[in-house]
Amino acid sequence: MDTFNYSILILLFPAIFFIIIGLFGKYMKPIVAGTLGTISLSVITILAYITAYQYFFVVGTGADGAYQAINVFHFEWLRFTDTLHIDLGMYLDPISTLMLVVITTVSLMVHIYSLGYMKGEIGFQRYYAFLSLFSFSMLGLVVATNIFQMYIFWELVGVSSFLLISFYYVKPSAVAASKKAFIVTRFADFFFLVGILVLSFYTKTFDFEVLTTVGSPVFASFAGASFLGISVLSWAMMLIFMGGVGKSAMMPFHIWLPDAMEGPTPASALIHAATMVVAGVFLVARLFPIYVFQTPEVLTIIGYVGGITSIFAAVVACTQTDIKRVLAFSTISQIAYMITSLGVSGWGGHEGLGYMASMFHLFTHAFFKALLFLGAGAIIHAVHSNEMDAMGGLKKYMPISRWTFLIACLAIAGIPPFSGFFSKDEILAAAFHHDLFLFACLFIGAGLTAFYMFRLYFRIFHYENDKVYHHTPHEAEPSMTIPLIVLGAFSAFSGFVPFSKLITTDGKPFEAHIDPLVAGLSIGVAVIGIAIAFVMYRKKTSIPDQIVEKIKWLYTGAYHKFYFDELWLFVTRKIIFARISIPIARFDRRFVDGFMNSLAYVTNATSEAIKGFQSGRIQQYAFVYLLGALILIIGFTFSIWQLIC
Amino acid sequence: MNILSLFVLVPTLMLLAFIPCREIKQVRTVALTGALINIVMALALLFLFYAERNAGNTAEMLFTYDAVWYQSLNIHYAIGVDGISVLMILLTAVIVLTGTFASWNLQPLTKDFFMWLTMLSIGVYGFFISLDMFTMVFFYEIALIPMYLLIGLWGTGRKEYSAMKLTLMLMGGSAFLMVGIFGIYYATSPTGDFTFNILEIAHNHPIDGAVQHWTFPLVFLGFGVLGALFPFHTWSPDGHASAPTAVSMLHAGVLMKLGGYGCFRIAMRLLPEAATELSWIFIILTGISVLYGAFGAIAQNDLKYINAYSSVSHCGLVLFAILMANHTAMTGAVMQMLSHGLMTALFFALIGMIYGRTHTRDIRELGGLMKIMPFLAVAYVIAGLASLGLPGLSGFVAEMTIFVGAFQHSELFYRIFTIIAISSIVVTAVYILKVVGKILYGPVINEHHKELTDAVWYEKLAVITLIACVAGMGLFPGWISNLIGSSLAYIH
Repeated sequence: MDTFNYSILILLFPAIFFIIIGLFGKYMKPIVAGTLGTISLSVITILAYITAYQYFFVVGTGADGAYQAINVFHFEWLRFTDTLHIDLGMYLDPISTLMLVVITTVSLMVHIYSLGYMKGEIGFQRYYAFLSLFSFSMLGLVVATNIFQMYIFWELVGVSSFLLISFYYVKPSAVAASKKAFIVTRFADFFFLVGILVLSFYTKTFDFEVLTTVGSPVFASFAGASFLGISVLSWAMMLIFMGGVGKSAMMPFHIWLPDAMEGPTPASALIHAATMVVAGVFLVARLFPIYVFQTPEVLTIIGYVGGITSIFAAVVACTQTDIKRVLAFSTISQIAYMITSLGVSGWGGHEGLGYMASMFHLFTHAFFKALLFLGAGAIIHAVHSNEMDAMGGLKKYMPISRWTFLIACLAIAGIPPFSGFFSKDEILAAAFHHDLFLFACLFIGAGLTAFYMFRLYFRIFHYENDKVYHHTPHEAEPSMTIPLIVLGAFSAFSGFVPFSKLITTDGKPFEAHIDPLVAGLSIGVAVIGIAIAFVMYRKKTSIPDQIVEKIKWLYTGAYHKFYFDELWLFVTRKIIFARISIPIARFDRRFVDGFMNSLAYVTNATSEAIKGFQSGRIQQYAFVYLLGALILIIGFTFSIWQLIC
Repeated sequence: MNILSLFVLVPTLMLLAFIPCREIKQVRTVALTGALINIVMALALLFLFYAERNAGNTAEMLFTYDAVWYQSLNIHYAIGVDGISVLMILLTAVIVLTGTFASWNLQPLTKDFFMWLTMLSIGVYGFFISLDMFTMVFFYEIALIPMYLLIGLWGTGRKEYSAMKLTLMLMGGSAFLMVGIFGIYYATSPTGDFTFNILEIAHNHPIDGAVQHWTFPLVFLGFGVLGALFPFHTWSPDGHASAPTAVSMLHAGVLMKLGGYGCFRIAMRLLPEAATELSWIFIILTGISVLYGAFGAIAQNDLKYINAYSSVSHCGLVLFAILMANHTAMTGAVMQMLSHGLMTALFFALIGMIYGRTHTRDIRELGGLMKIMPFLAVAYVIAGLASLGLPGLSGFVAEMTIFVGAFQHSELFYRIFTIIAISSIVVTAVYILKVVGKILYGPVINEHHKELTDAVWYEKLAVITLIACVAGMGLFPGWISNLIGSSLAYIH
């Protein structure tokens, strides 16, 4: 559609600036590269907002009262068969338009913030090149017209994440973390790819438009196809979801995300909090019509994966002492809310409340979580440590960071009127009406969230103790505080966006009300969580130690993240490396190669053995000749004798 | 004069031109001029090929030429190219050029080295243009013999052992191949006028089913040895590890492709029935190659061994895809040949350059090279990303075409094996990132390495050329895919 032609620039700008900064960055002054990147992001942020405005308010709903999906442009990139081909293009519908706004806003804030945060770092230009690459990949992912385009950008996002985590490549821990992140998500992507292949084998298409049309005829070909007693379509959708499990760090693939905090903090804010990790949520949302109509049983599994992860991550977050790790587990927990919410959603109008709530939470979470990470970055910058023990009483030194951090904490804890309250409340309402077990998980998780976030807040900004700082911490510079203030405003007010009017399962607006019972419960549990944190951590007390003593087993387990890392290490080191790789390498050298060498040896030995036959000695030849003649004569006589008898 | 014959003639003239050369500069000039002429001709060929196709020439092979070579056995010097051969010739030209840059400072006996290298390229070019099976095998052997001397004389480590092993195993493979080809030859006609001509056999003299059944395994194995088919791949790690840089590049980049190309031209084209019925055996073997090579690579510590095992895995995928015998998978197989050729040449070039500076290839003795030689290190990361299939680089498009194509197979057995082959993408990521993390990232291990220098101009030229090709193919795969696809019209 012509109206949206300019939207293509949203993809082109970051791609071009990645190439420019990537190739010629080393000839630029750092500030030039940073400014170029920031300008490019500002331009596409404006374009994204114009696109969203036009999409929702100018073009608006179609004749049937629903928002229409618009294929802005697409072209064939690689043809496999007559029906299967990878197209690259841009597909606008409510959720991709939403994602454009979220990604560009957070990314712009991170670009501005990094100008101050990364000042003086070696590789400043490289950092901005990677940020552009990441923005490009993520934008390409959300506007994908087909599942293979999504896979392409999915992989690119993974690589950008790898590059940013390993930004401090001299640090062994950063290298290890980047490898872990890439390999774990690659492992999940393997399932995703197989899922795509199975799906396309039957449907003969990659195209989202065909796949997500309600009542699409392409699924007829799955009829009766089953594998190991489960329908093939369920397999396919399950496998595709596994890709989402990896990127969105759901259990048991969550292990890479906490380690990914080794990257520069603003990059963590962008990738590992606000945008990349929601790719899995977006994937399920994108394919939601298939899940809800064709494979509801998979949707149930999705709900449970989310529910269990949310409470698991919340428990772990309560015990961590590295502030970025607390935030990482909080991210896992909050993403799990979105996943659960999709799992408990139905289709159409109020039935699709979970879907709407999930996207709503994605929207609000992006802002407050980015704010939390950027705030954490400012704090780390001030005290030069990630550990809570190195902090305390910072409120008097860093007022802007403190107030914005507080807003974000209130938002994530779900205290009205901050944004998190509205989105979380819709999720809880959707779960409440669908599955009480999941509701219980999320409800307890909400209490824990309030607790660990305010534990963090009090430990950083209050927790009066006799701490002496080597040099007085000071508030960050304007390039860092301005993004904090902007994101603070978003975190405070984005809850008032009328989401049910914009993003729904079938594109038709509906009225969503706040359920007083659920809202009351969720506020209640949040307040209790905050109150406990207040008692325990506002001042240095002995209460935390006493509690730890009482539930030592749980605390130790949670502190060690329930030993998932050790489990994975065991599988990779002890099984895959020591039991598969090394034996294969040895087998190859000893047996396969040994066999080939022994062939050569046998040939050699045989010729050594028989070379004596041509010795040139007449006596030997004569002997062999006579012997042969004798044998022939005997044989001849024998056969004649037999003939006669 | 037929343009194709020039590809054999120019290197032959180069051989003559080397003879009077006394100084290393003259040798370089001849080598570089020849390589440049070849690449210009390869590009011209591509252009002429398109022109001819656009002019409406739909013949299967273009620029054909036929001359009787040995009357009584009906052996011809028959040549011609389709889109696939054009691309393979282009690949060869690129790798010979970059290989020349990579051995810019090679000592000693520079002249002899380049003469043997040129000899090898004659064999390769001849192989890709031949339409006559006998001529094909003739050129194949021409390409093999120089390898022995190149590794045995200019190699490192246990070079005599490796050279002997490589030559004997490949010779053993070609023994199988010869028997298979003679089997086909004697089945081409009931009356006695046999032919070696591939096109003629394919169009006019279908081979009898029973003959197909015993010749197919022989031909496939014969070429498979060169394509590093499990369990006949063991020449590859030793051979690559001992070979000098340019030879590794040419060997892994082009020579191993002869295996895939041969299977493609002879085994699959002339023996389609047996190919369908017996493919399951080889699917299992190639499936093993793919995973086995990848797992084997994880456990290695020598950079060249890692890359050699990785080649076993990637070339296994080529043969795997060929056996699927459908349009998409075979297109993918040829793309993988190109992609692997470029990628692996880049790897071996970089390993050679790193080895030339640090004098070690053991990853336990290397570390933090990113700080010391950023250009080479970044190039290595790019090569690694191409190898693990990053979209936008060549590996991705080739592998995806193979996977999508292979998964279209109507039998479940083949689809399950496809999934097994796909799992190699995870294992590949493991060994690539292991190397990148170990040798490029992290702190500098060896203090002496801090004084080393980054790439010089001719090294940069080689690396940039290869990266440009890898990225070009990854970003614009459409025309390559179409060019290959249009040459596969005989497959539904």
